[in-house]
Amino acid sequence: MTPESFPLIFERNTPGRIAVSIPDAGVPDVPLDEIIGATHLRRDPAALPEVSELDLVRHYTQLSQRNYAIDVGFYPLGSCTMKYNPKVNEDAARLSGFARLHPNTPAALAQGALELLWQLEQMLCEISGMHRVTFQPAAGAHGELTALMMIRAYFDERGERRTRVIVPDSAHGTNPASAAMCGFTVVTVPSDSRGNIDSAALRRAADSSVAALMLTNPNTLGLFEEHITEVADIMHGCGALMYLDGANFNAVLGVTRPGDQGFDVMHMNVHKTFSTPHGGGGPGAGPVAVKRLLEPYLPAPTIERDGDAFRLDEDRPKTIGRVRAFNGNFGIYVRAYAYLRAYGPLLRQVSEAAVINANYLLTRLRPFFDVPYDRTCMHEFVLSGRRQKTRYGVRTLDIAKRLLDYGIHAPTIYFPLIVDEAIMIEPTETESRQTLDAFADALIHVAQECETDPETVKTAPHRTVVSRLDEVTAARQPNLRWRPPTTTGVAR
Amino acid sequence: MYPDDRRYTREHEWAKQEKGRLRVGITTFAAERLSDVVFIELPEVGAEIRELEPFGVVESVKAASDLFAPVSGKVVEVNRAVVDNPELINQDPYDKAWMIVVEPADPGAWNRLLSAADYAKLVGAEGA
Amino acid sequence: MTMSSTWHPHKYLPMTVEDRDAMLRVIGAQSVEDLLADVPSGVRLGRPLALPPTLADDELLNHLRSFADRNGHADKLVCFLGGGAYEHTIPSVVWHLAGRAEFYTAYTPYQAELMQGELQAMYEYQSMLCELTGMDVANASMYDGASAVGEAAVMARDLTKRDQVVVSTAVNPQYRQVLRTYVRHLGIDVVELPYDAGRTAPARVREACGSRTAAVIVQSPNVFGGIEDGAALAEAARAAGALLVVAVAEPISLGVLQPPGVFGADIVAGEGQPLGNHLSFGGPYLGMLATRDAYIRRMPGRLVGVTHDHDGRRGFVLTLQTREQHIRREKATSNICTNEALNALAAGIYMAAMGKNGLRRVAEVNARRAHYARQRLTAIPGVRAAFDGPVFNEFVLRTPADPERLNEYLAGRGILGGLALGRWYPELPDGWLVCVTEARSRAQIDALVDAVRDGVRA
Repeated sequence: MTPESFPLIFERNTPGRIAVSIPDAGVPDVPLDEIIGATHLRRDPAALPEVSELDLVRHYTQLSQRNYAIDVGFYPLGSCTMKYNPKVNEDAARLSGFARLHPNTPAALAQGALELLWQLEQMLCEISGMHRVTFQPAAGAHGELTALMMIRAYFDERGERRTRVIVPDSAHGTNPASAAMCGFTVVTVPSDSRGNIDSAALRRAADSSVAALMLTNPNTLGLFEEHITEVADIMHGCGALMYLDGANFNAVLGVTRPGDQGFDVMHMNVHKTFSTPHGGGGPGAGPVAVKRLLEPYLPAPTIERDGDAFRLDEDRPKTIGRVRAFNGNFGIYVRAYAYLRAYGPLLRQVSEAAVINANYLLTRLRPFFDVPYDRTCMHEFVLSGRRQKTRYGVRTLDIAKRLLDYGIHAPTIYFPLIVDEAIMIEPTETESRQTLDAFADALIHVAQECETDPETVKTAPHRTVVSRLDEVTAARQPNLRWRPPTTTGVAR
Repeated sequence: MYPDDRRYTREHEWAKQEKGRLRVGITTFAAERLSDVVFIELPEVGAEIRELEPFGVVESVKAASDLFAPVSGKVVEVNRAVVDNPELINQDPYDKAWMIVVEPADPGAWNRLLSAADYAKLVGAEGA
Repeated sequence: MTMSSTWHPHKYLPMTVEDRDAMLRVIGAQSVEDLLADVPSGVRLGRPLALPPTLADDELLNHLRSFADRNGHADKLVCFLGGGAYEHTIPSVVWHLAGRAEFYTAYTPYQAELMQGELQAMYEYQSMLCELTGMDVANASMYDGASAVGEAAVMARDLTKRDQVVVSTAVNPQYRQVLRTYVRHLGIDVVELPYDAGRTAPARVREACGSRTAAVIVQSPNVFGGIEDGAALAEAARAAGALLVVAVAEPISLGVLQPPGVFGADIVAGEGQPLGNHLSFGGPYLGMLATRDAYIRRMPGRLVGVTHDHDGRRGFVLTLQTREQHIRREKATSNICTNEALNALAAGIYMAAMGKNGLRRVAEVNARRAHYARQRLTAIPGVRAAFDGPVFNEFVLRTPADPERLNEYLAGRGILGGLALGRWYPELPDGWLVCVTEARSRAQIDALVDAVRDGVRA
């Protein structure tokens, strides 16, 4: 261990220290092996660390300080919509009536929770141009899977055997992964020179073996699909359905609605578009909105209103079943509800500001990087680090790592796959012009360093708590857990 | 540039004749594009493989590539050394990092493979 | 029609009218409409969104309170309800720490050098989960217990190349429903095994397993609160060449119970909510997944590993990413991307706060108080235990009154009663699943007993 090493919580272990106060049982003291039976009892306790409350607090507080977060600085991650997470949403989610409500509570005693979800459903339908919403999916990918299962059920009921799903070559990895989990074969269609899905190629691929097209719009290049109406006609023309990956919904709120573009079903990423916090990787929520034709297949139960009362409807004979226990990530939906009520009809300004911010950054950065598609972008855009690679041997990965030295999180890199040395930038609407200028200045400076001082860029980062990490050894010899120094009963 | 004691597939595998059997690996072109190999998955001895279909996977930190069978046939030998030390693929892809030996089902399949010169042309066109 | 000529200030939008106009000038556009030109007129909304009016913060919180106050939450009604979600006492430190903005407003730690805090916390969580379950490796979370079971079945299929799973009906019905949904389109058959006397009989498992069985799925403690005979079930599965998947809905039980890794589980799939996470009407929760070293490459979800940087410092990274969708796409082990990282962090802090002895003591309190409650309740005339056999903190009673009517009565006495099992198990119309954790004091248990005695008499 070196002086810079930061201890694991296990390395702070001091036998005898406690960080909680646990009451006595206060009931007659029956031996555990009488209650439970000796064969079921654990011989050795789990080797969890023994620390005092202050040890615990210092450990995790210091860990938090070795993190970057939206509350710390800018996160220009394309496709992630790293917008500000409002604090009033956190207060809302922590209200006892929400945080301390058991999910098996009878509906009569959970009317407030059920009404909140019902109201949220109405708002999401209005925003998306769809008719019903399911809240069960816990994330975007979960929503994709749920939607594909509904699509499959739809065709199964019609006796149509459709085994293929089309995705553009710019699709996010979850799209083909979800399709495969649903038993579909994936067909990839290329994008054209303007970054739209190639309509001619799509037309050739669209036949009666295809169940759906999974599209992101705006797409992962940050560009609106200009031929969306034609695309919808092609797919509906061969009897297939249109699915929207709603990851980029932040670009078009109040401007255009997926339901009006011809989509039959979509998922939304509540942790992107609707401001709920990313939590270091989750939790999020991926509600799925559908047109009437897919309503029968929604996961059960759905939330229904009878006058002033709200109930859970389990009686749905054509449901695809459950994709998650209980009603989904309710605490996340409280936050999303609060966010939408804080905006109301002003929500359109979110997208207007997001689009202006992105185009502003694109304008500032355009002289310094290759721009693969010469179009106005929506809420995000993609640059290529190809120029820096060919001229100076500096890769996009190096540029990203060097940005960390400027105290800014790197943009999304190497995605979408169709752009060489891709750099995807999404500022969101919650960033000020000053922040955008500081980011542009930093990235331009790094671009200049590629020419004047490439070694510094190639060996970055230099100012973070650790320098570039050996991911090769981490993959060749995975060490995924700490082990106690002496063998315990845990070893097999 | 590429050893001419063997033939090649369009997917960057090489195949070397050894008394009617074929020893198979991947080329330096493929190994370089993968950069540091961290893991390789190979079939069991006795497995049947099919021409131009995946018979295994080779992984780096950021990518996974299928290994494509140069011919159809039965796997008769598997190189444990490369499974235990995948870095051999970056160090010595043509010799120590051989992957499988296959008993071909159709001797004519050999002629469908590319010569060293044709393979060099192919990757010359691809690699930039 | 556009609203962009009017610009309403909003606290989440730094852009002022001056900012907007200056930026548009730099871009070379007249208005935001120019930037939206690629959106065809035929799909434009053309009217304002019909959403409820904008609420300022104090109005907003009052409005939300009006929803919250209409719920029978655990501060209003004393909670004896379990069945897949559990009220435990969460030490104050847990959410003071997990609620730090550097944790909860952070993204997935793909840029490892900037996110050593999150990565180390996840590595520690993974380690603690291994200690708790007795398994070799654990991932950094799935969505919830039910979907973790679904993914475990797919994992077992990939590992054994077999196409059938056998699942006990003593596994929570919601878990079984999600399992069915997950495997339906993957050519995996689900065979349900009836329970016997509130538990899963190893003999039945042996009968049901064959050469097609990829996995046997049981839950312990099971839905009735009963502790399964893990070693015998493991042996029955192994005899057929199948994997044993143990679902754990109540991980606090592992403070005193033998961990699945010790009695022979191949995969543990469970719900981590009881570890420091709020009830929150069902979510966000925490799917736990743990397995043996040999199976690690088929395991879905993110994994954090330890390594070194180029200067020799220890550091942490997401590793074995080639299993995941962003690299492997349609050949990935799962489509999962966003997980439940913050809930895993809270669970890790909880486990570290409890420590080796704390978790065991809390579990003992659960078992003792549940035992006490069961003794006292079954002493009420007409009330009897549905099943014999050891339980942890939940048990099923058979009541002379319809359990749903009884619960209505109890609500009037300030008590949230146990789960009426009849909806899940029609053969148990008078089944009532009562849960007693360390959050229930002796006085509250005694009050429950009095109320139930009155309630069944009525």
